[in-house]
Amino acid sequence: MSALHADRRLSAWLLAPGFGWLLIFLVVPCLLVLVYSFVERGAYGGIDWLFTWENYQRAFDPLYLGILLKSAKIAGLATLFAVLIGYPAAYAIARAPRRRQAAFLFLVMLPFWSNYLIRTYAWIVLLNREGLINRLLQLFGYSGEPISLLYTEASVVLGLVYNYIPFVILAIFSSLSRINNELWDASKDLGASSWVTFRRIILPLSVPGVAAGAVFVFVLSIGNFITADLLGGKQVQMVGNLIYSQFLTARDWPFGAALSFFLIAIMLILLFVQALVARRAEGGRA
Amino acid sequence: MLVLISKKKHSNRFSLRRTAFEHNKINNRRVSIMRKLKGLMCLGLSVSLAIVAQAASAKDMVISIWDGYMAPDALDKFKAASGVVVDKALHATNEEIMGKLMASGGEGYDVVFVSSPFAEILHKQGLLADIDPVKVPNLKNLYPEASKLEYDLGNHFSVPYTWGTTGICYRSDKVTPAPTSWNELLNPSDALKGKVTMLATDRWMLGAGFLAKGWSVNDSDTAHIAAVRDQLIATKKRILAFDDTTFYSKLASGESLMAHAWDGWCNYGTQANAAIKFVVPKEGSDLWVDTMVVLKSSKHQEEAFKFVNFMLAKENHVWVAENILYKIPNQAAMAGLSADLLKQYPNMTITPSELLKMEQLRDLGGTTQKAYTRAVTEIMAAQN
Amino acid sequence: MSQPRSVGGTVLSTHLGLVYAFLYVPILVLILLSFNKSGLPTAWGGVSLKWYVSLAHNSAILSAALNTFIVALSATFIACVLGTFLALGIELRRKGNDKGQVVDTLLMAPMIIPDIVLAIALLSFFNLLKVGLGLHSIIISHAVFNIAFVCAVVRTRLKHFDYSILEASIDLGASWFTTFRRVLLPAIFPGVLAGGLLSFTLSVDEFIIAFFNSGSGQASTTLPMQIYAMIRFGVTPEINALATLVMLVSITALLASQRLNKAPRTHE
Repeated sequence: MSALHADRRLSAWLLAPGFGWLLIFLVVPCLLVLVYSFVERGAYGGIDWLFTWENYQRAFDPLYLGILLKSAKIAGLATLFAVLIGYPAAYAIARAPRRRQAAFLFLVMLPFWSNYLIRTYAWIVLLNREGLINRLLQLFGYSGEPISLLYTEASVVLGLVYNYIPFVILAIFSSLSRINNELWDASKDLGASSWVTFRRIILPLSVPGVAAGAVFVFVLSIGNFITADLLGGKQVQMVGNLIYSQFLTARDWPFGAALSFFLIAIMLILLFVQALVARRAEGGRA
Repeated sequence: MLVLISKKKHSNRFSLRRTAFEHNKINNRRVSIMRKLKGLMCLGLSVSLAIVAQAASAKDMVISIWDGYMAPDALDKFKAASGVVVDKALHATNEEIMGKLMASGGEGYDVVFVSSPFAEILHKQGLLADIDPVKVPNLKNLYPEASKLEYDLGNHFSVPYTWGTTGICYRSDKVTPAPTSWNELLNPSDALKGKVTMLATDRWMLGAGFLAKGWSVNDSDTAHIAAVRDQLIATKKRILAFDDTTFYSKLASGESLMAHAWDGWCNYGTQANAAIKFVVPKEGSDLWVDTMVVLKSSKHQEEAFKFVNFMLAKENHVWVAENILYKIPNQAAMAGLSADLLKQYPNMTITPSELLKMEQLRDLGGTTQKAYTRAVTEIMAAQN
Repeated sequence: MSQPRSVGGTVLSTHLGLVYAFLYVPILVLILLSFNKSGLPTAWGGVSLKWYVSLAHNSAILSAALNTFIVALSATFIACVLGTFLALGIELRRKGNDKGQVVDTLLMAPMIIPDIVLAIALLSFFNLLKVGLGLHSIIISHAVFNIAFVCAVVRTRLKHFDYSILEASIDLGASWFTTFRRVLLPAIFPGVLAGGLLSFTLSVDEFIIAFFNSGSGQASTTLPMQIYAMIRFGVTPEINALATLVMLVSITALLASQRLNKAPRTHE
């Protein structure tokens, strides 16, 4: 540990602005909503300041737990595919010449500066029965009924992977780019094969990036509702849709708040477990 | 791509013994890039502050409306006629603007366009100003029936802007005979399986179920709600999708052959494909109304009333009927519609008295609304 | 790490190429549709520039696009500065194998909170404090979750960082500021860049928080708000035209900067 670590004042100064921002603009507003979760819904949708546990009791309904599990499954699948596809891509960018790396990263993000909605519409154009993919299949001689690629869980997973893969690539790249050539050379010189070098040296060092990327995709996917709406034909109900419908359609802020904090609590526990696992995978290095 | 990822092998000896001079050069380049970035960002901040400062000054009043729901030049004409500058905000759904109004107590808005059940709720929450008929003389343009709307008898806190009904929009060239019942939508025949869409918004989705069984669209009986929910779960297995926004293009392209639709929307389908027709099922349908409301918190109520009055003028209101192809409750304006338009879009000829025979959508109250939302959640979450 | 081995290098390059193809296929569809005369995604009506012309006259979309750019840039700037400092502060406070997991988890909180909750929470908060809404309130709101993303990304970079080079720099007489600016920052720059890109991308596409926390009126309307509002009557190809132009401008800027940023004569 260097002397810098021992300098508590320095780290305190560094922490203060960010912490302050989050304290004022995140913690306090969320405490407000937390308070909502313990009171009753007003007759016309506002708040009746009467304390109740009812909202949290309702949250434990099998209907909502089922939706939570389904969302977790879809988000999990999206995360898995995103990491599997994104890791080699990030690796490839990290191995490109330094001066080209920013360009590659930029090109990865660029499609996502168009709008989410029109990108999703573009996928609908590709996937629907009269769409391009079916036409391509017909070109290659497929003669059956057009395949219904849309309005299924699979199309939702595809949409999520598509929209969040850049996050994975960026996160993994961030930790991979630290790894330098000397490490690789040293390992080779000592007789290890490429695969062993990768598995034993590069992979563990890249775990922080993989962990961060996986968390990004999972968290963003589970709260996503537009993809489920458009690519799932509103037939795939995710937690995001559920919370929206409570806040906006039922105008039941207390219940929506209770559901949200229930979700947040579960996610925090999962993230804690993930942080533990990530540390172990890194080999306990400081 | 292969060219950019260099395949040349370089000796590592040089990379380890970089000279101080080279270090400096590389660092300088990075620092200068960073300086440029910082400069750019400072520029961005100052531009934004400038714009925020400037924006605070210009407008007299603010309205919130659905996109494309009023003539593009209406605000300019209003400014020319009254000198009032109007700022237009957009909302995509009733629910969103309601959320925002509830969280901010109506701050920042003067006139808002919402559907009737939401106008009712805003009124019950005490957020609306009373409509002064003296300040909105064009109210006289409305049909007598337009003052008999149950959610606001006499139009005390809202002014109707458009109205219509819901029914089945279908491809008359592919679906014969023409559908006559809600059940044909809810239980599609084998020929239509997977080629039907239904509306996704709770009131209409459940409404179709209620109407098919002869119940009210404002039904609060839990047994009825459960029955409709079960019907819709079965329906979900046989339809293509729930769709509120792109169903007419699916009809036009042939991806779907029958759609649960609002009458005005079906006209867009007819525009794209003349074979698309609209029918109100024999069990009856609902009457929906989109209204204009003035917020009590508005600091520009005089201007707000002028605006509402302007929108009700015959020459302004008729734009809606001619361009959005929705029926409007403005007798003076409807009288001016061309016979061709009425022939092309027959649902424009549904008379106000016929409309008033339909059941009006009302606010359901907290318990029933929560029950509806839960039923919809159960329908959407049901596994196929 | 700038010279890949030939072993597996081709496979990697091909994979990257395929990933780019996957990312850009819908974009190509988008671009094609922007030239579609019929305006419907299902029917090709011939090539036409009419949507570009109509875009040029659509001041609502153009002002919303400008607002989005301003908001995203400002929120990213704030997030990069605060997030990097936060990451640094946290990493410097870690002592060996401590219970860093708790801090790790809490820092992810801004990302986990559902956006509608954050939207309503912030609006209620601003309303309580009687703070006026406008573009600035959107910027503040976006910075909240962006800080968490930047912090997380920069921390991955700091985790195996060799702090002794900073110590060496100070021992050699440089001030904290110089050490930070000339030694640390260049080393973590890829992390800050990645975090900044991420944060910009998130802001550019964010709808619900922007909608709730915007002032009322066109001066506070961002592009996602404008586009989601258009969903009711169908999103016209003007948006496709806009997206195509954004791509064009960005790629041109990229090529220009690549040309300016030539490789140094010496080997890396």
